[in-house]
Amino acid sequence: MAEPAVASPYLPEPFRIRRRRRETADTWTLELEPAAGGDVFAFEPGQFTMVYAFGAGEVPISISGDPGRRDRLVHTVRIAGATTRAICSLRRGGTLGIRGPYGTAWPVRRAEGGDLVIAAGGIGLAPLRPAIYAALARREAFDRVVLLYGSRSPDQLLYPGELERLRARSVDVHVTVDRADESWNGPVGVVTTLIERARFDPERATALVCGPEVMMRFTAAGLAAAGISTNRVFLSLERNMKCALGQCGRCQFGPVFVCGDGPVFPYAAVERLLTVPEL
Amino acid sequence: MRIRTIEELLVETRLFADLAEEHLATIAGCGTTAQFGEGEYLFREGDAADTFYVIRSGSVALETHVPGRGPARLTTLHDEDVLGWSWLFSPYRWHFDARALQPVRALAFDGACLRQKAADDHDLGYELMRRFAEVIVSRLQATRMQLLDVYHHPQDG
Amino acid sequence: MKLLEQPALEGLLEALVERGFRLVGPTVADGAIVYDEIRSAADLPAGWTDEQDAGTYRLKRRDDDALFGYAVGPQSWKRLLHPPSVTLFRARRNGEAELEVLPEPEEEPRPVAFVGVRSCDLHAIAKLDRVFLGGRYVNPAYEARRGRVFVVAVNCGVAGGTCFCVSMGTGPRATFGYDVVLTELVEDGRRGYLADAGSERGAELLAGLAAREASAEEEAEGERIVERTAASMGRRLETAGLPELLARNRDHPRWDDVAERCLTCGNCTMVCPTCFCTTVEDVTDLTGVEAERRQVWDSCFTLDFSYLHGGGVRTTPKARYRQWLTHKLGTWHAQFGESGCVGCGRCITWCPARIDITEEAAALREDAR
Repeated sequence: MAEPAVASPYLPEPFRIRRRRRETADTWTLELEPAAGGDVFAFEPGQFTMVYAFGAGEVPISISGDPGRRDRLVHTVRIAGATTRAICSLRRGGTLGIRGPYGTAWPVRRAEGGDLVIAAGGIGLAPLRPAIYAALARREAFDRVVLLYGSRSPDQLLYPGELERLRARSVDVHVTVDRADESWNGPVGVVTTLIERARFDPERATALVCGPEVMMRFTAAGLAAAGISTNRVFLSLERNMKCALGQCGRCQFGPVFVCGDGPVFPYAAVERLLTVPEL
Repeated sequence: MRIRTIEELLVETRLFADLAEEHLATIAGCGTTAQFGEGEYLFREGDAADTFYVIRSGSVALETHVPGRGPARLTTLHDEDVLGWSWLFSPYRWHFDARALQPVRALAFDGACLRQKAADDHDLGYELMRRFAEVIVSRLQATRMQLLDVYHHPQDG
Repeated sequence: MKLLEQPALEGLLEALVERGFRLVGPTVADGAIVYDEIRSAADLPAGWTDEQDAGTYRLKRRDDDALFGYAVGPQSWKRLLHPPSVTLFRARRNGEAELEVLPEPEEEPRPVAFVGVRSCDLHAIAKLDRVFLGGRYVNPAYEARRGRVFVVAVNCGVAGGTCFCVSMGTGPRATFGYDVVLTELVEDGRRGYLADAGSERGAELLAGLAAREASAEEEAEGERIVERTAASMGRRLETAGLPELLARNRDHPRWDDVAERCLTCGNCTMVCPTCFCTTVEDVTDLTGVEAERRQVWDSCFTLDFSYLHGGGVRTTPKARYRQWLTHKLGTWHAQFGESGCVGCGRCITWCPARIDITEEAAALREDAR
């Protein structure tokens, strides 16, 4: 039997769940560590892993933790099918398979020297959270750090406690919901309405946008209309993936493979592609 | 500390900043400052719409009352937002409730007075119509997106 | 260049067997030329040719007994290099807490000689190499399979009814990627094979055979055969500016036209020697202790090939056909620096709706943006 000379990139590493927290009715944040011990691999904000649930399947999940920490791999997972349901049903101590990290990163370092505008919709805040942590680790390198966060309703907001802590670290936090009842005293409306209200210098701003594709299309357009060059507005695209290695062909979006050429793309590169129905 | 005039405050708003001097003066002449406490209504559905507001601070919820659901909040308006266009169009009645969510300071303009002035001076009328059309279009786009319910997933209830 | 008579050709295959290679080559089965294990030249399709056209494939008897007197059949060598179903790993679980991942041993570790590889397929293998070996990540299972292959190529003596390798610059003459290349000469009932080496081990193999040097006339005859094949291609494809044209014309009315004919059956992707897309299946045994993850061939024509937020992205046949053709002739260039098509014509022959990629590409040029 031939031994593979190099570990196959198709084989997952077992990771154990150390903590899990329910964020909303269908979303969980898991903190994982390698079952074999040692540090978690280094990763950049915006990257993702392929998460394998025994016998169920494997899905791409963005890393949502602090890239400055090597003790935990953090994933925020929304239940959307059989595999994510299997992932979220494991209790503390349960083991998942992890491959990664994959993909392109949010250009946080490149944004230094100007304003950083982060626009998140729904669960899109999870892949952006590592970028927020990275920016805060070098807060003095940025002028303004602005977070625009839109969600369906108040009970769908992720990391609500952290939002207050961000304000304390001079992040301009604006939160809005699509619909609310009387218990919500904050803004009601789509996240693009926050763009007008936010203070940033478009000529020196970099924007990072993540959320459902429709939301990203409108928000990126809104940020561009506000004067940020489309070369400095970045989106994180999503497509189903079975390999994350550029070899199964499924994540193609026009000429690009979302797994390797993305998931982070400059808006300028994908603006036209986003307008093609069923691309 | 000098209290600034309505005209000076108007010039600072995005909507009216580039208006000709004489039009600014005309509009300012129909304006006053206004304050509303938390929970106070700026106007109610069905009332005569003879005023529009430019919010200077605080936030206002646009709501409508749905039997069995209570007040349904449609959207919220904040600093620099213009509130109210029903004063421009017949039957000049408010379609929704507007309620201060936080204490509100605003500029309030006499719509009835301005309607008359616009009828006399079509240049002024054009400027007002153009600006309010932009506001309405922007609100419409946002409302359409709100309707899309982009965060909803098919497997949700 | 050598000239192999019949015994020397047999000797070539025997020498490969002696060196431990199993032989895979063309055979006749179920009314088609298919690749299967062969033991000697006697298993090759002597005296057969094929008639191919859109949606049409028929074997016919030749009036000589040429061994390679046909074009290509429904299969390609991708079946052996990138098999339809591969186990990636097995996993074992002990409760929720223990997960063990077990790499899968090689399913077929013996070295293999591909006998009768056409130039178009040599290019196709090179394109698959780019996908699985030339990107950011190397596929180790593909690499292992690829490393065990000895290639005996054949220059085509007959052009298929749907062939257009000349348009794609991929044949009919084999120019790289082989250990040995043969050109079959059939004249007055006599068969001989011009043989050239493309590698050291190919040269070494040929040197051990009882064969003489080819004469100048024989070499010239070989040239003539290849030229004649090149001049009788069944189809043409104009490739100039094609990737840009396809990128600019995603809403061309021709897509709606072809969508009305396309059944989205995916035959084209199955027979295409460069289509590489796969899906993954996870199965557990009945006790739930052991799970297996398999990679299996898939097609961009399936509804769930691309999905997002719980729904398909390309739900219409139009979108899926457009994806296939645009990828093959257009975006493949951006991804891999070359066309994805080798002009073998299989997709034309095996399409039940007789859709012809060369015809579609030409139609898209009309009234194009």
